[in-house]
Amino acid sequence: MAEHVAGCELFESGHRACGGCGPALAARLLLNATGENAIVVASTGCMEVFSTPYPETAWKVPWIHSLFENAAAVASGIEASLKRQGRSEKVLCVCGDGATFDIGVLCISGAFERGHDITYICYDNEAYMNTGIQRSGATPYDASTTTSPAGACSTGNQRPKKDMPAILAAHGAPYVATASISYPQDFMKKVEKALNTPGPCYIQVHAPCCTGWGFEAGETLNIGKLAIETGMWVNFEMENGEVTKVKKVKRKPVEEYLSRQKRFRHLFKPQRRDAEIAKIQAIADRNAEKYGIDIKKKE
Amino acid sequence: MSRIEFMQGNTASAEGALAAGCRFFGCYPITPSTEIAEHMARKLPKAGGTFIPMEDEIGSIASVIGAAWTGARAMTATSGPGFSLMMENLGYAVMTETPLVVVNIQRGGPSTGQPTRAAQGDMMQCRFGSHGDMATIAITPNSVQEMFDLTAKAFNLADRYRVPTFVMSDEIIGHMRERIVIPDSVETVSRPPLAEGELPFAAGDDGIPGFAPFGTGRHVHVTGLTHDERGYPDTTDAEAHDALVRRLYRKVESARREMADYEVTNPDAESVFVTYGPPSRTVQQLLHDRQDEGVGHLRLRVVWPFPEFALQEFADAKVFLMPELNMGQMAREVERHVDQPVIPIPKLGGELHTPAELASVLEAHR
Repeated sequence: MAEHVAGCELFESGHRACGGCGPALAARLLLNATGENAIVVASTGCMEVFSTPYPETAWKVPWIHSLFENAAAVASGIEASLKRQGRSEKVLCVCGDGATFDIGVLCISGAFERGHDITYICYDNEAYMNTGIQRSGATPYDASTTTSPAGACSTGNQRPKKDMPAILAAHGAPYVATASISYPQDFMKKVEKALNTPGPCYIQVHAPCCTGWGFEAGETLNIGKLAIETGMWVNFEMENGEVTKVKKVKRKPVEEYLSRQKRFRHLFKPQRRDAEIAKIQAIADRNAEKYGIDIKKKE
Repeated sequence: MSRIEFMQGNTASAEGALAAGCRFFGCYPITPSTEIAEHMARKLPKAGGTFIPMEDEIGSIASVIGAAWTGARAMTATSGPGFSLMMENLGYAVMTETPLVVVNIQRGGPSTGQPTRAAQGDMMQCRFGSHGDMATIAITPNSVQEMFDLTAKAFNLADRYRVPTFVMSDEIIGHMRERIVIPDSVETVSRPPLAEGELPFAAGDDGIPGFAPFGTGRHVHVTGLTHDERGYPDTTDAEAHDALVRRLYRKVESARREMADYEVTNPDAESVFVTYGPPSRTVQQLLHDRQDEGVGHLRLRVVWPFPEFALQEFADAKVFLMPELNMGQMAREVERHVDQPVIPIPKLGGELHTPAELASVLEAHR
């Protein structure tokens, strides 16, 4: 782990994030892992907005806002030029799920196909939070957002979450991983591994958003943990397209995760929607089977 | 019965679209336009329409083009960066004569600029932003009521002229809340259909071909390449290209009298303010404060095609004063048409001109 002095972090305090912001913690852990020898390319998003206005700029490494759709292409230019100059800075993209799953896919695909030595971090809070909670390709099934509102015509977001890690693994990325801010050591280790792996690497870090998901600010880490413990989020590593490591759990029912967030409130009030909850349980069950996350009892 | 409400401009724009029969909205959220998408997300499914969150603004405008060719009244809403991403598709919509509406809630640019502050910096972009020669329609509301009325009207203009039509609003009007009267129904101009035996891109004297969306029994071939009256590419024939581009240009430009929409105050004035959008509100206040002075005011509601004849209504004008929330974009257009001096009064940063600021410019040019 890169050295740092407590209270003097590369991602400084005093920024404008909500209390209990998952992405802010992700950024802090991320820079703890990268150290100073890093250049950050950030797309438009909540983190860009809350972490950069002067004089509360949180970033103590070189930082550039691309636009919304093109962080990976700006990073490609930086990386290719640094390489030509014989320099050693690590190039990172730090982008939300909107920028990663939707508008940025073209540029990410190009950068990964060309094989630039970059580490792409997607902080996944599962919707467009900067503009006020609209669905993205990362929004889970049945979550209510302002553009997938639950109501008379709908039970919320009608599509499953896009499998972005698989898409990038299919590009031949040497290292693809998922992580969670609720498991900080694991996340930082994965960042270091990505930085030390030549070629384009991708880490998708689950970063609960208390404002967008609707839970108390003090619950962020617990919500992140529950996502893992219910199988709604799986922490894994993929090397050259093969899953090499998975976080195993004693699984809890998804209801324990869903019932604590307002974005799923319509599944419980005014009346319980058992059929919808069962569909989400089935998603978790499929995750569990696909990645083998269940800790088997000894027979 | 019409009903009275207290409403935000963006919401009023969405309501105007619904009243006009808009049944497709391709969505990509962007400040300060997002409330339009959010309102459509709630209301459009109930109205039997389609609301699709798209992956970016290229997708949102392209989905609107696709929907328009199924015969639906279709729109999207955006702001500066999203509008920039739409430019290639908007040129395509001009070339393919696809009727659609884009509401642009303008914010400070260039680039991501000032997401939460008003500007009028896209007035040239909506006219000249895509490559090639083209003509489009742009309308400019200055109140919450006009967000409703002019969004509804935009669909009629888009359908009548088969051209992308822009509601060029801004953060001030979009986020302002005012009293609004919502009528029972709005006037709807139906699309002239493609007549039996006519070629799909053959036009009469008005330059506008009849519209035959997919599934209406005609084998329409739609392409952004230079095409003949059948719709088939003909990319090397100089005459074909000349004829097509001139027609696309002329069908809008030559109709500027019939679509003209402006207000004239004190036509005998020597000093005349020319405005569109929210700066007109400041001028209205100034005129109210100086009722005895007979200051002139031309307020444009249709800015493109530009109604240069409206300037002639001020026969005694000695100077035209143009407060704009940009560096003087439309002032350049006015300059083209008059011999009198045109004084741009640019205001950047997101605030409106104050009446005092305009008064001092007025005094300086008497």
